[in-house]
Amino acid sequence: MSQLAKSVPRVGLQTRAARSARWRERLPAVLAVLGLLGLWQLVVWGFSVPTYIAPSPGQVLLAFDENAAILWTNFWPTLFEALLGFVCGNAVAIVLAVWFVHSQLAERAFYPIAVFINTIPIIAIAPILVLIFGNGFAPKIVIAALICFFPTLVNMVRGLKAVSPATLDLMRVLSASNAEVFWKVRIQSSLPFLFAALKIASTTCVIGAIVGEWIGSNFGLGALIIEATYNFRAPLLYATVFTAALLAVSLFSLVSFAEARLIRWKAPAVH
Amino acid sequence: MSTPAGHREAAAGAAAVSVEGLHVRFGTGESAVTALQGVDVDIAEGALVTMLGPSGCGKSTLLRAIADLVPVSEGRISVHGRSPDEARRDRDFAFVFQDATLLPWRSALDNVRLPLEVGGGGESHAEPEALLELVGLHGRESALPGELSGGMRQRVAIARALVSRPRILLMDEPFGALDEITRDKLNEELLRIWQETGTTIVFVTHSIPEAAFLGQHVLVLAAHPGRVKEYLPVELPFPRRLAMRDTLEFVRITAHLRALLEEC
Repeated sequence: MSQLAKSVPRVGLQTRAARSARWRERLPAVLAVLGLLGLWQLVVWGFSVPTYIAPSPGQVLLAFDENAAILWTNFWPTLFEALLGFVCGNAVAIVLAVWFVHSQLAERAFYPIAVFINTIPIIAIAPILVLIFGNGFAPKIVIAALICFFPTLVNMVRGLKAVSPATLDLMRVLSASNAEVFWKVRIQSSLPFLFAALKIASTTCVIGAIVGEWIGSNFGLGALIIEATYNFRAPLLYATVFTAALLAVSLFSLVSFAEARLIRWKAPAVH
Repeated sequence: MSTPAGHREAAAGAAAVSVEGLHVRFGTGESAVTALQGVDVDIAEGALVTMLGPSGCGKSTLLRAIADLVPVSEGRISVHGRSPDEARRDRDFAFVFQDATLLPWRSALDNVRLPLEVGGGGESHAEPEALLELVGLHGRESALPGELSGGMRQRVAIARALVSRPRILLMDEPFGALDEITRDKLNEELLRIWQETGTTIVFVTHSIPEAAFLGQHVLVLAAHPGRVKEYLPVELPFPRRLAMRDTLEFVRITAHLRALLEEC
């Protein structure tokens, strides 16, 4: 904590310079996006593409404004499902990883099953879960959780095992207990691996929720995508897709922010 | 804190480490490898002994057996009259590895504190801040290992080893990965720390000049299987200075060591 307090004034002094440097770094990306939007608008105009096939950026923007209410009402269920799926899927994965690291028997017994579940396309599992859990929130949350589960399990197991033999020797010379090795060493050294997985999960959980909503649902961004497609409301469809993407990007940014806060040390490359 | 004179007096007394008929074998059956065969050695209290030998001579294995990191197949090791296991639980010795093995998420100071937080923490301990000063890292307490140079990281590792006031410091090629200039500097500082703390030091190295410069005695080991070749006293006065390495006496000693290693 004292470290934090000390670094505050320095950050304050550097803020302006750092901010302008950050903007200069992002400028190419901003220009590229604006350029692509302009190109899109030109193509739609130049080839007189009908709106129901591909709307122009302007029309999509208009659709955001006109459908704000309907977008919001369908945004919240999807956010709820994605978040709950994220929490549940990752929590189960972390607990299993801890168990696997402590029990080779458990790892040998259940790891192949986890791999098998991961190989089933999520699109194929979705109808099965809808049959079991009905049309409410439950199947969407389960699908979002399932899609988060596997990358986190694999990474967390690797992370918990990524302790050098020399460090384990050190802990042995210090007569550290297994619990001390776990809390003082393994958990910390697994964090970079965990966050690599959480970043993947932060975007896939939104995909999971939307796939869940495609199959027999009348709420959520996924349902709205289906509805807009069937009614040829292309601007609304695009607006919905962008909303979903924005949701995923926001969750990703949140996880990245938490990572930067929690891991201040430079980790060895995590892949 | 004893004086250099105190060292020599104590050196004549009880053994800090006593190894009798030590055999260490790895694996079983056909693939079994004999790392050490019939090693006998006594290391006096307060002594600074370096272990030198070609690769495969088991010098690291001997050190690790003393530290209870490698099981003894045959024979006996006693550390201050106790088994290595008991000595380890009492924090009778500390170990410095070739790699500094600092926890990268902990500051230098928190790394030095680690031994106080695990394994019961030991009974008495030195001030972590004072130890960082002793190893020349005053002002870098809050630096993360990633922000320190290799030499500085190894200094932190030495401070961490000293924090539970061990009576014996076991060092496994601690400066092996450092450049020569840093290594020379740390050699001198290790001698200073040894004289200030009165700790018994067993130091494994594959460098002939380092073995001769640091050691009161050099334990030369031969390979395949690992065994004691010679236990050689180094007749150079303390405090030792780097300039001594240009003296005829020093060259005579290193030449002798080199000849011994060639026979191994």
